[in-house]
Amino acid sequence: MLTSNTTDLLDEYVDAVAKVLGLPIDDAWKPAVRANLEQLLRLARLVDEFALPDGTEPASVFAA
Amino acid sequence: MSLQPDIALSPEQDDLSAAVIARAVTGRKLSALAATEAALARIARHDPILNCFTDVTAERARAKARAVDAAVAAGKNPGPLAGVPFAVKNLFDVQGLSTRAGSKINRELPPSPRDATLIERLEAAGAVLVGALNMGEYAYDFTGENVHDGPSRNPHDLTRMTGGSSGGSGGAVGGGLVPLALGSDTNGSIRVPSSFCGIFGLKPTYGRLSRARSFPFVASFDHLGPFARHVEDLALAYDAMQGPDVEDAACTIRVAEPVSGLLAQDIGGLRIAIAGGYFQKNLFPEAIEAVAQVAKALGATRTVEIPEAVRARAAGFVITAAEGASLHLDRLRRRPQDFEPVVRDRLLAGALIPAALVDRAQKFRRWYRARVLELFQSVDVIIAPATPCVAPKLGQASFVLDGVETPVRANIGIHTQPISFIGLPVVAVPVPLEPMPIGVQIIAAPWREDIALRVAYALEREGVAAAPRPRGL
Repeated sequence: MLTSNTTDLLDEYVDAVAKVLGLPIDDAWKPAVRANLEQLLRLARLVDEFALPDGTEPASVFAA
Repeated sequence: MSLQPDIALSPEQDDLSAAVIARAVTGRKLSALAATEAALARIARHDPILNCFTDVTAERARAKARAVDAAVAAGKNPGPLAGVPFAVKNLFDVQGLSTRAGSKINRELPPSPRDATLIERLEAAGAVLVGALNMGEYAYDFTGENVHDGPSRNPHDLTRMTGGSSGGSGGAVGGGLVPLALGSDTNGSIRVPSSFCGIFGLKPTYGRLSRARSFPFVASFDHLGPFARHVEDLALAYDAMQGPDVEDAACTIRVAEPVSGLLAQDIGGLRIAIAGGYFQKNLFPEAIEAVAQVAKALGATRTVEIPEAVRARAAGFVITAAEGASLHLDRLRRRPQDFEPVVRDRLLAGALIPAALVDRAQKFRRWYRARVLELFQSVDVIIAPATPCVAPKLGQASFVLDGVETPVRANIGIHTQPISFIGLPVVAVPVPLEPMPIGVQIIAAPWREDIALRVAYALEREGVAAAPRPRGL
């Protein structure tokens, strides 16, 4: 479960993951990227907190 | 070829339907070339204002039109869309054009060697491609605005948005430049421009129409579909485009299920309900009025609750950002400065989402799909607003939804996202309110486009749904 103080760590998280992925994020873009990520994590939290059975399959479409 | 003089198409006639044109061309009352020249003349006259077209394929169109006319003259069947001019969102491959997908970066791609499958199928049915259409960058957009090509403008009020991301498709059909256009819908990009521009749009079942040789956005949700001013035209185009295609991994192997012959079937036996809860919130009065008019015309009084729609939209949002970021990861590394800033910043954020959260969103999608399919055991059709409001002003950053100041760009699709999230077929029908039209979603169970189209056709025949003449031209 995502914790409510997750956003306090976001600046460090953005810098670290962007570096790992090789994504250049200009300082001028960081506030907007962070704001978008905060929104995404808030929405992801809504999904995360919804209990699903362990056997739930993802809704993939690929069929071999 | 001799032409009957009783239909004389002129550039002023912007209201001929695709069906009327095709019948006239087949019946030798109109040449495909004349229909094409008329469309090209309307584009030349109005597009400098509307900014819907990024490419006009005039010579190709004339050559195709002449071929259709030659087939008619030779006594051959020219196809159910004979001589019908159409245009496509510029994420469809058009032979000889770079598929820009609304971006600066992609216009450096080499020219496409072959048309998208859906273009090939429409042209095989006699239709005539006249150009490619403006769109929001990489389809990550609900506004129809574009910093590289400028915004497409709403044909009913030039100061307003067309809606996105298929903004040029909405404006070109709403403005009467062409009777038929194609677009894509990942989270609402067919239904939103249909609503704002006052036209009919079909987002088919996920997997129904081939996406081969179109530029993708979110593989899990991407759909292609038609826009038109009449339901009959949507059906003609849809029928011409159906069928399996091994070049799209998600395309169904179901055989084509034509709907054109079914449109006039009585809808009296259909169980029609209004979407409640989530879908009755975050609405301006005009959206409430439009749903009420449609519900009254259909005699719908029952309300059904689509469960967990808030979470469905949230999961759709997360998957969109993550899959979009995956698609563009290398471009984000190499050329981040060449993206539209609002698109780039959302994609960068999408690249940073932990994989486990994206997987949970896909698992939730499976759960939600099962619950919504249960609803369709007791209803055939669900009606819901297409957009919270009529077209906002170009550049408008926020609006007030249920008393809360909210960003426009991210929330225009608030009522469309929970539906495309599980690929349900939807016809967006225009309710011609004054001064601006607004759309309503007619939602059916998977693979039942026929039902949604029959209901839309009945609404059009009653005059409740109609594409108004362009008020801003």
